[in-house]
Amino acid sequence: MIELRNINKIYISDDVETQVLKNISFKIDKGEFVAITGPSGSGKSTIMHIIGALDSPTNGEYFLDGNDVSKLSDDELADIRRNKIGFVFQAFNLLPRATVLRNVTLPLVYAETVPEKRTEMAKKALLAAGLDENRWYHFSNQLSGGQMQRVAIARALVNNPSIILADEPTGNLDTKTGEIVLDTFQKLNREEGHTIILITHEYEVAKRANRIISIRDGMIVEDRNNF
Amino acid sequence: MLISDLIFETYLAVTANKARSVLTILGIVIGIGSVISMISVGQGAQSSIQSSIQSIGSNLILVMPGAQHEVGPGASLGRGSAETLTLDDADAIQKEISGVSAVAPENSRRYQVTAKGQNTNTQIVGTVPAYTSVRNLDIDEGSFITDEEVKSTARVAVIAPTTSSDLFGDGVDPIGKDIQIKQVDFKIIGLTKSKGGTGFGNQDDMIFIPISTAQRYLSGDNYITTISVQAQDQSSLSSVQQQITDLLLTRHKISNPQNADFSTLNQADIVQTASSVTGTFTILLAAIAGISLVVGGIGIMNMMLTTVTERTKEIGLRKAIGAKAADINLQFLMEATMLTFFGGVIGVILGWIISLAISKFAGIATTVSLFSIILAFGVSATIGIVFGYYPARRASKLNPIEALRYE
Repeated sequence: MIELRNINKIYISDDVETQVLKNISFKIDKGEFVAITGPSGSGKSTIMHIIGALDSPTNGEYFLDGNDVSKLSDDELADIRRNKIGFVFQAFNLLPRATVLRNVTLPLVYAETVPEKRTEMAKKALLAAGLDENRWYHFSNQLSGGQMQRVAIARALVNNPSIILADEPTGNLDTKTGEIVLDTFQKLNREEGHTIILITHEYEVAKRANRIISIRDGMIVEDRNNF
Repeated sequence: MLISDLIFETYLAVTANKARSVLTILGIVIGIGSVISMISVGQGAQSSIQSSIQSIGSNLILVMPGAQHEVGPGASLGRGSAETLTLDDADAIQKEISGVSAVAPENSRRYQVTAKGQNTNTQIVGTVPAYTSVRNLDIDEGSFITDEEVKSTARVAVIAPTTSSDLFGDGVDPIGKDIQIKQVDFKIIGLTKSKGGTGFGNQDDMIFIPISTAQRYLSGDNYITTISVQAQDQSSLSSVQQQITDLLLTRHKISNPQNADFSTLNQADIVQTASSVTGTFTILLAAIAGISLVVGGIGIMNMMLTTVTERTKEIGLRKAIGAKAADINLQFLMEATMLTFFGGVIGVILGWIISLAISKFAGIATTVSLFSIILAFGVSATIGIVFGYYPARRASKLNPIEALRYE
């Protein structure tokens, strides 16, 4: 379902070329729970941006659901993000002064989903993300960190994407809350069959995935199953 | 993006920081309000001047003695000082020119008028019965001068309301009373209706007598001071004016029109000249008020730029969950346009109130026209688009990765 073939990414600034990714190739199948891990500066964020259709590779091919995504325009990439990818960020990135429900329905605004269906879809996603029903009408800035991240997970789920991309989702949480969030991901993967890609620099977090891809200096140094 | 979502998102964005939105809107309110009220003053002046010109008659051409231009350098002899027009000229205009509906020659001067110890100095108009139709004059009581009275040089007078109250006091019926003009006795036979005019030949302060009487008893000559000619319709006004000029040139045996010993004035020309003056005046006022509108627009741009910077991370998020550049662009443009739109609505209301206040307290006529309201809305929407364009474009061009990292 995801296939990267010889992906290279080169940044040029002040006439200095920096090759961030070197010939990255791997496949991720539907229903996998994969962690991409590596120290900071290893290139894992760049991989996430390319998989998440936020950025295009300098060369190489990226197939998502059989379509080559590596050479699309900005607007076409926006379409891919809207329909196939759900993001979960380290900093949650919820709209402040907006209710939980409005935050979760935000992707549906850009997907032009009919307004009548939105609340129902959001409630389904919130249930899947495990947020208590009595929080649904709260403003997002009245929630705890763990609750905020569940709202963010619900927002990623609401449009039923092919992949959920989580970028250091536990980075701003304490260990205990982080565990609960990781449990949520595990549950979504096992019980609902969602494909989840977790980007993290912490081995303890990566350990929760079924497969770990380790990146160092822009290259894959290890790709192993973890059961 | 659905229209309903766009409006809702804009509403939330505008109300997120109410104080800032209100202050920004205030800039537009002041701008639009002052444009509306200034234009209303200008257009009010224009319509009051026009109605004052219209009140002297309709489709009117005035023929006056005196040189139109002096040939070569030198001082003008003064319009109206020469005595070149006669009753025969007036008769000739009536008989020989087509498209003329009425001709009223007049011999008017200012004389001292006395009545039972009261006296006043006013305009005495010696004229003919046609005067009432040419100059839109209505009789309130009694009757106007008749042809018999003109033929018999009767010493009768028709008095205008202001003169009547000057001589006899308010509310006193002047009909049948005697007055002396230049020590000649006259009997008042009629009172004209007030025209409410001021300035430009105030027809409320006059006394009308038969032209023959004026020539015999008052001026002692056969000349006339003005011939008022009424054309049948507006379209024939300038052709009638040309025919009169040609006729009088022939009658006075003048070959070069530059040396004409009379001048003609067409009412449409007076209206047009006055309109162009008040039009310039209106544009000047609107331009001064327009400066505040531009300042208001800059306020919008300033606020929008601040908003874009503040919401960089949010823009990054919106793009990450699938918003296209066009969606972001539209959202910010809509936000700016909504601010100016509300500013425009409140500004129109404020401008209206100000112009009502001006006419109530300062006594200046004002007119708020549909045109100025449409103009104000157009301008405020345009300001929203123009000053919102750059910030919106900046927001839509943000790279989502960098925007998400922005702190």
